[in-house]
Amino acid sequence: MSSESYVEQPQTLAGLRAGIAAGTTRATDLASSYYERIEKINPRLNVYLSLPKERALEQAARVDAAAAKGDPLGPLAGIPVGIKDVLVVKGAPATAGSKILQGYRPPYDATAVQRLEAAGAVLLGKINCDEFAMGSSNENSAYGPVRNPVDTDRVPGGSSGGSAAAVAANLAVATLGSDTGGSIRQPASFCGVVGVLPTYGRVSRYGLIAFASSLDRVGPFAANVRDAATLLGVIAGHDPKDATSSPAPVPDYAAESDKGAQGLRIGVPAEYFAEGLDPEVRAAIEKGIAALQAAGCTVQPVSLPNTKYAVPVYYLIATAEASANLARFDGVRYGHRSADSATLSAMYSHSRDEGFGAEVKRRILLGTYALSAGYYDAYYGKAQQVRRLLAEEFLRAFAQVDAIVTPTAPTPAFKLGEKTGDPLAMYLADIYTVTASLSGICGVTVPCGTTNAGLPVGMQVLAAHLNESTAFRVARAVEAADL
Amino acid sequence: MSSKVTVEDVERVAELAHLKLKPEETAGMLRDLNAILDYVAELNELDTSGVAPLAQVGELLDANGRGVVRADVQQPSLDRAEVLSQAPETDNIFFKVPKVIER
Repeated sequence: MSSESYVEQPQTLAGLRAGIAAGTTRATDLASSYYERIEKINPRLNVYLSLPKERALEQAARVDAAAAKGDPLGPLAGIPVGIKDVLVVKGAPATAGSKILQGYRPPYDATAVQRLEAAGAVLLGKINCDEFAMGSSNENSAYGPVRNPVDTDRVPGGSSGGSAAAVAANLAVATLGSDTGGSIRQPASFCGVVGVLPTYGRVSRYGLIAFASSLDRVGPFAANVRDAATLLGVIAGHDPKDATSSPAPVPDYAAESDKGAQGLRIGVPAEYFAEGLDPEVRAAIEKGIAALQAAGCTVQPVSLPNTKYAVPVYYLIATAEASANLARFDGVRYGHRSADSATLSAMYSHSRDEGFGAEVKRRILLGTYALSAGYYDAYYGKAQQVRRLLAEEFLRAFAQVDAIVTPTAPTPAFKLGEKTGDPLAMYLADIYTVTASLSGICGVTVPCGTTNAGLPVGMQVLAAHLNESTAFRVARAVEAADL
Repeated sequence: MSSKVTVEDVERVAELAHLKLKPEETAGMLRDLNAILDYVAELNELDTSGVAPLAQVGELLDANGRGVVRADVQQPSLDRAEVLSQAPETDNIFFKVPKVIER
């Protein structure tokens, strides 16, 4: 089939919510219209894996009843959202894009999911992703790749490719994704939407199927920065069920994002504009930087000299943690158990062999190797030391500037199949995103123009720990320039 | 750090990870692991003597951002029947697995 485009801009969250509060829009009608669009377009894009309609329509009816009575409505009342299939929704299939979890219906809600629903959001369905969030193109899903709504011959990015594509194609007003090494920011860039990497610990990981626990974050996608800020405000905050979640108070991010970028100091690291950066991406980002200057920001160079070591560090730490986290998929408590299970050890290894895809096995093997006797210090220990150097480098830079801007990815969306034969080439798609992952800082990807072929380019705006408000202000200024 | 991974290494690691690889999978993994480990070997360029490892970024955050430990109070857990309903095999009280020791 030839390349097609399915891009459609959703209405703003504030506009939709106002209509629902005024009774001019019914949440049940809105949800039904989204299900109609999903039915029409999903077969082409492969975004949704399951649609728990009953729960969604019950929630929408509750919102309509509350609106009719004039009861107070939550900040997301009636807003149709989609959830990456690594977050659990009670009773709805949770696959993590893997065959090993086929048929699993978790008995609880993830905290982020529970908070969205408590704010009035309508959960349309569960969204496709790379298996266990391991991938940069969404081609590692056991349920088939997601296609980029801008150009269906191209990947949407990964691993939250479905979550980005859903917003770009208006198959949801907003979505949740997860980001371990760039899995929210890079697909946001490829699909031309806004994606948020909250500070590590800002959003609870309870109910997120774990990939690499010291790196995993839950964050929102939306069509504009203010809506993304509103969503983060709903899902952020301390959760006793996640010992790493931060007790810091949650600001009104949407209101903070209204403050403008005037006077903010913006750092530009030369290391992110070196060899390997597509010239059209560079040109788009340079226009974005000029727009920030025009908006009253000061721009200065910052130095992040260890950047080139970030991908090796990331792939050692993430795979080591994954090898431990994925040990739980053993055919005992949930998911797939091999029919060929004469003994316990045969059951473990056959279930895992049949259930996991190639990339997941590759990463488990790499992580197990890096942690194994005789190699631990040389690989995992070394990587943790360099991780500290990378984090300290950012802390020094943020003593001089309020935010750092870079390209989100070295290229625009690539074609399906282009990198599937070369794992290392795929890993290099994460070269600009893994640094923030390792350092725990926050960031926002915001659309920043297109290439000559019309492919979106995303700017990555990074800010210090718990300083999401600044990242949103800068992203708003880039968005307002309408590049 | 740059020693080449062998087929025996891949098989040993696969066994540690409870992964049963087919022969053709082993060959592919051998190639990929060597390529990736060659690439990560560039970390050796960096002198990290005296640098403490960083396992978790929580310690970098200020007092506001530090994690907290919840009170050690007994709380209801997930419903047993709901949990067991997702398991491949149970006796309604425990998970059942194949025999562990061969006779």
